[in-house]
Amino acid sequence: MTSPPALLELRDVTVRFGGLVALDGVSFDVPQGRVTGVIGPNGAGKTTVFNVICGFVRPDEGRLRWRGEPLTRHRPHDLTRLGIARTLQGLGLFPGLTVVQNVMVGAERHARAGFLSALFALPRSDRDEAALRDRAMRLLTELGVAEVAGRFPGELPYGVQKRVALARALVAEPDLVLLDEPAAGLSAGEIDELAALIRGLRDEVSVVLVEHHMDLVMEVCDDVVVLDFGRLIARGSPDDVRDDPLVVAAYLGDEVDDSAADELTEGGTETHDQPSHGGGVGSEARRA
Amino acid sequence: MNLQTTNPQPKNARAHAPLDRGWAGVVLRMLRRHTLLRHTLLAVVAVVALAYLTGAVSPYRDLQIAHMAYIVCAAAGLTVLTGLGGQISLGHGAFMAIGAYTTALVLNHWAWPLAAVLLAAVTVTAVAGFIVGVAAARLHGPYLAGATLALAVGLPGLVSYEPVTGLLGGQNGLSVSPSPPPLALGETFPLERWQAWISCLCAVIVMWLLANLTHSRLGRSLPATRDDEIAAALSGIRVARVRIITSVVAAACAGLGGGLLAVVTTLAAPGAFPLTLSLQLVAAVVLGGLGSLAGAVWGSVVLVLVPNWASDPDASAHLPHNVASNLPALIFGTVLIVVTLLFPRGMQGGFRWVGRQVKRRLTERTG
Ligand SMILES: Nc1ncnc2c1ncn2[C@@H]1O[C@H](COP(=O)(O)OP(=O)(O)O)[C@@H](O)[C@H]1O
Ligand SMILES: [Mg+2]
Repeated sequence: MTSPPALLELRDVTVRFGGLVALDGVSFDVPQGRVTGVIGPNGAGKTTVFNVICGFVRPDEGRLRWRGEPLTRHRPHDLTRLGIARTLQGLGLFPGLTVVQNVMVGAERHARAGFLSALFALPRSDRDEAALRDRAMRLLTELGVAEVAGRFPGELPYGVQKRVALARALVAEPDLVLLDEPAAGLSAGEIDELAALIRGLRDEVSVVLVEHHMDLVMEVCDDVVVLDFGRLIARGSPDDVRDDPLVVAAYLGDEVDDSAADELTEGGTETHDQPSHGGGVGSEARRA
Repeated sequence: MNLQTTNPQPKNARAHAPLDRGWAGVVLRMLRRHTLLRHTLLAVVAVVALAYLTGAVSPYRDLQIAHMAYIVCAAAGLTVLTGLGGQISLGHGAFMAIGAYTTALVLNHWAWPLAAVLLAAVTVTAVAGFIVGVAAARLHGPYLAGATLALAVGLPGLVSYEPVTGLLGGQNGLSVSPSPPPLALGETFPLERWQAWISCLCAVIVMWLLANLTHSRLGRSLPATRDDEIAAALSGIRVARVRIITSVVAAACAGLGGGLLAVVTTLAAPGAFPLTLSLQLVAAVVLGGLGSLAGAVWGSVVLVLVPNWASDPDASAHLPHNVASNLPALIFGTVLIVVTLLFPRGMQGGFRWVGRQVKRRLTERTG
């Protein structure tokens, strides 16, 4: 993990919720141009890592650096401008907007026209809209869902909606994209397509992946970080981590998640739909 | 061309009608591409139609049109706030009151030209909308409804507050000297028609501005913040800022509506802004179709016309007094329930449905 410069650094990040230590001095780097997997049993703190990066949760101790600059007091709406995009566990699509409009919302970062040019419908506002629409259509085409551009998310199969959500994150042209359980609810075939897609992303953007499907993690990740009870217990290549006795113990010791442990120890060929706890990251962030 | 902005048709997905060829095609494509041209053309058509209409009807009807037009101003702002932005406001009448009192005070003290007076009313209510918006940006659902409700109930009561009764005229309110039609229109030009003109022109301007806004980025940001606040923030939308902007816009529209009310009724008094006004505005917006600017017009028209029919002495003569006096509310409520049961997207949704059916019949016949 030393050769490429770190895009994002977490140093000694500690997060407490009342008496509960959700993250306990966690440090790791997210290198440029690689796929970093964050795994761990339920309640290990994976979602909290994302919430800290996104500014939903402020760490009690420790710090973050983004491209070498300290990242403090940033708010979720600053992320796309910083070059970070996140997909939500679940979908987080806007049901009242068409697919192309959903993706255009993600392209907000590239919008130039302000309130007054919108109020008076100045030509620059039209040009801006046309440019955003073009961007959105290009991304939808790349992800193979351009033909549903005019439809509403609710009318589409789950797998297609997931692609739209991914398009909305990628249209901002981020340097880092945080994917929260992107495989949840997908069929085996769709997971294979997703794996190919994530590997293809690596050329343009760095990826952090929280995922329960171990075979997907093992297949697409360059580096894996393992959390257990808020502590980072292992990191390294998928192969190193798989054989790490601490990791095996963490997964075997966890009753809720033992199916994932089976996959982990056996190198997993089967895919499970691991239901996520709670109401997804959206609601967790809301609570935060 | 439609004014419903929640789900505009993707422009390129439209089937190519024969009209798309030749000159007509060039014009159509240009209109599709240029929002300014399209909306301005619509506004001009509306102005011409309204000028014709107001000239063709009796002064009494002109006065009704003037009422409708200022209700349209307030309702159009509210439909953007509630329908697109998902922010419930049960206190929109309070902003109308602020606009009306500002108009009355400025007219009585400085006698500015009417346009400047109305602009002052808009500015003052915009500031009020900003303050309420900042406070409301942190409130949700029932809390927001409660806070705005308190505003609607409390604000008109302020006129009885001792230190300001002199300035605001207490329960009697402030009378506003009518703005007579300019002499250039001839000495016999009816005052009611002139009032209808002023009111309608303002309504058209409001619709033009709001249509522009909702066809821009804000027209997407609003439903996005309404549908999923967290996903919207992660997409780079400053949720609080968008909410405050919308609150300012909606308040400014209501302020203009209130200012016009003062001019048309030549009075700014607390009795004109009861809680029912705020609730009726919400009802009108729901009836017309939440989030649809055109729907705000239909809703306002029904809101003004129904009490008028209901208070027709011939129709209500044989009814007991307390039934007759509540008839307008009863009929309006019934219309609201029937329409929303039939068309959950309100009257505008109903019109669109009818339009689609007609279109299908036509294509079936020709194809
Ligand atoms: N906003 C919060 N308030 C209180 N406790 C929380 C909050 N978010 C997470 N937690 C707790 O922190 C721990 C780590 O949670 P989380 O990061 O969601 O785990 P994971 O995503 O790895 O399953 C859990 O015990 C969880 O209950
Ligand atoms: Mg989680």
